[in-house]
Amino acid sequence: MRRDHRDLVRYTASERVNHWIVGISFILLGMSGLALFHPAFFPFTLLFGGGTWTRILHPIFGVIMAVFFIIMVWRFAKHNLMHKLDWQWIGRVNEMIDGNDETMPVQGKYNGGQKLLFWLLLACMLLLIPSGILLWRAYFDFPVELVRVAAVVHSATAVVMICLIFVHIYAAIWVTGTVRAMWYGTVTRAWAKQHHRCWFEEVTKPRSDGPARR
Amino acid sequence: MATLDIQARSATTTPSPGVRQQLDVAKLIDISKCIGCKACQVACMEWNDLRDEVGHNTGSYQYPPDLNSKSWTLMRFYEVEPEPNRLEWLIRKDGCMHCVDPGCLAACPAPGAIVQYSNGIVDFNQDHCIGCGYCIAGCPFDIPRLAEIDQKAYKCTLCSDRISVGREPACVKTCPTGAITFGSKSDMLTHASTRVADLNSRGFQNAALYDPPGVGGTHVMYVLQHADRPELYGLPKDPTISPMVELWTGLAKPLAIATMAFVGFASLFHYVTKGPNSVSKEIEKEEEEKA
Repeated sequence: MRRDHRDLVRYTASERVNHWIVGISFILLGMSGLALFHPAFFPFTLLFGGGTWTRILHPIFGVIMAVFFIIMVWRFAKHNLMHKLDWQWIGRVNEMIDGNDETMPVQGKYNGGQKLLFWLLLACMLLLIPSGILLWRAYFDFPVELVRVAAVVHSATAVVMICLIFVHIYAAIWVTGTVRAMWYGTVTRAWAKQHHRCWFEEVTKPRSDGPARR
Repeated sequence: MATLDIQARSATTTPSPGVRQQLDVAKLIDISKCIGCKACQVACMEWNDLRDEVGHNTGSYQYPPDLNSKSWTLMRFYEVEPEPNRLEWLIRKDGCMHCVDPGCLAACPAPGAIVQYSNGIVDFNQDHCIGCGYCIAGCPFDIPRLAEIDQKAYKCTLCSDRISVGREPACVKTCPTGAITFGSKSDMLTHASTRVADLNSRGFQNAALYDPPGVGGTHVMYVLQHADRPELYGLPKDPTISPMVELWTGLAKPLAIATMAFVGFASLFHYVTKGPNSVSKEIEKEEEEKA
């Protein structure tokens, strides 16, 4: 459903569903995980039916997130390959933070920061999944030295990932007109032109075999 | 019944009810007096009304082969040669050491699932246990066990229920040779020193008390003939809470909260100071004109 036929499709319905499954499982994982990490967050266990249910559910949410995260990586990886321009963009990220991004290098579908975040999140998942399995006492029993290292790796990585997701969500809110891409998949032409000019030009350029795409 | 003598409580950051101060207690296990009769194992299951499943002989007197959720104490049998051509059969009653600085309690994420009473006993409250098994990772002595039947952690209680009504632990009560004694920690230290002196005079120069300082001392102590080599008895030489566990349950917690709070608040105040990153009016106008 596109109210304005000039809007540009940024995400297909299936990409959005994929992202929401990952997003929801991340929130459930974050809250249940924090509950098991620090007593200040133990009250979060009430949301999951108590401490024991939190312990049972956390790794199951983890499996769901892992599966859908990997599918998402497989879908989006090609758009996130880092090029020289991306590193230049990252080198000038202060201008972005200042809100003076008009003169920064023009960006494709994703800017350098988004790409870097993508790979950092993947790195986090690659640490969280095996360390989580090591901690999953209900089904596994690994040597205790390994479990201890896993506990440190799992909690430290989780905190890094939570911070990265804070940045991810905040950036989406801060850049007006972005969140709708995850709700219903489209962005305005002006939004695309301002923030992702190369992508904008790519998706709006007239095709050789016909009229302008979209 | 309210408990007024709680010294430490898992996953709790404020003081627990602790106005009642009890005497530090200790159990002393004198390995030189132990004959390996396993009466303590029987007394433990009798008093705690637990019947472990009958398994199989694994080629040793040691049975069951390991501690488990229904066998909270276990005679471990070691055939060793402390010196060449001198065979010794060392038998150690294994079970919770009731550390002064308990790693299980530090690692436990469930408030009140593990408590330490002012008399030093470290006790598991299985009704608060969530079954994560973090206590197993926290323990330097490999003691707690998760039960398959309910996924709760179990271990020796030092018969906290008997001690609270003025009785000695069941294993102490039953020991036929007096190898296990119970009393105030200071009395047990005195008793141990006489035992150690006796063993020293009988040719065991390295006999000493095992009360490892790395965990702040323990409320279950051993008199070892070869205290210079506790590993002969399957005991860690200098047990401490693993640095990994210290990091995970110590520094990581405040650091994690501070980092997450910083990123969260930095984002909020970034918006408040910079305002939204909106599409510029010019670009919007350009695009509108094209439409």
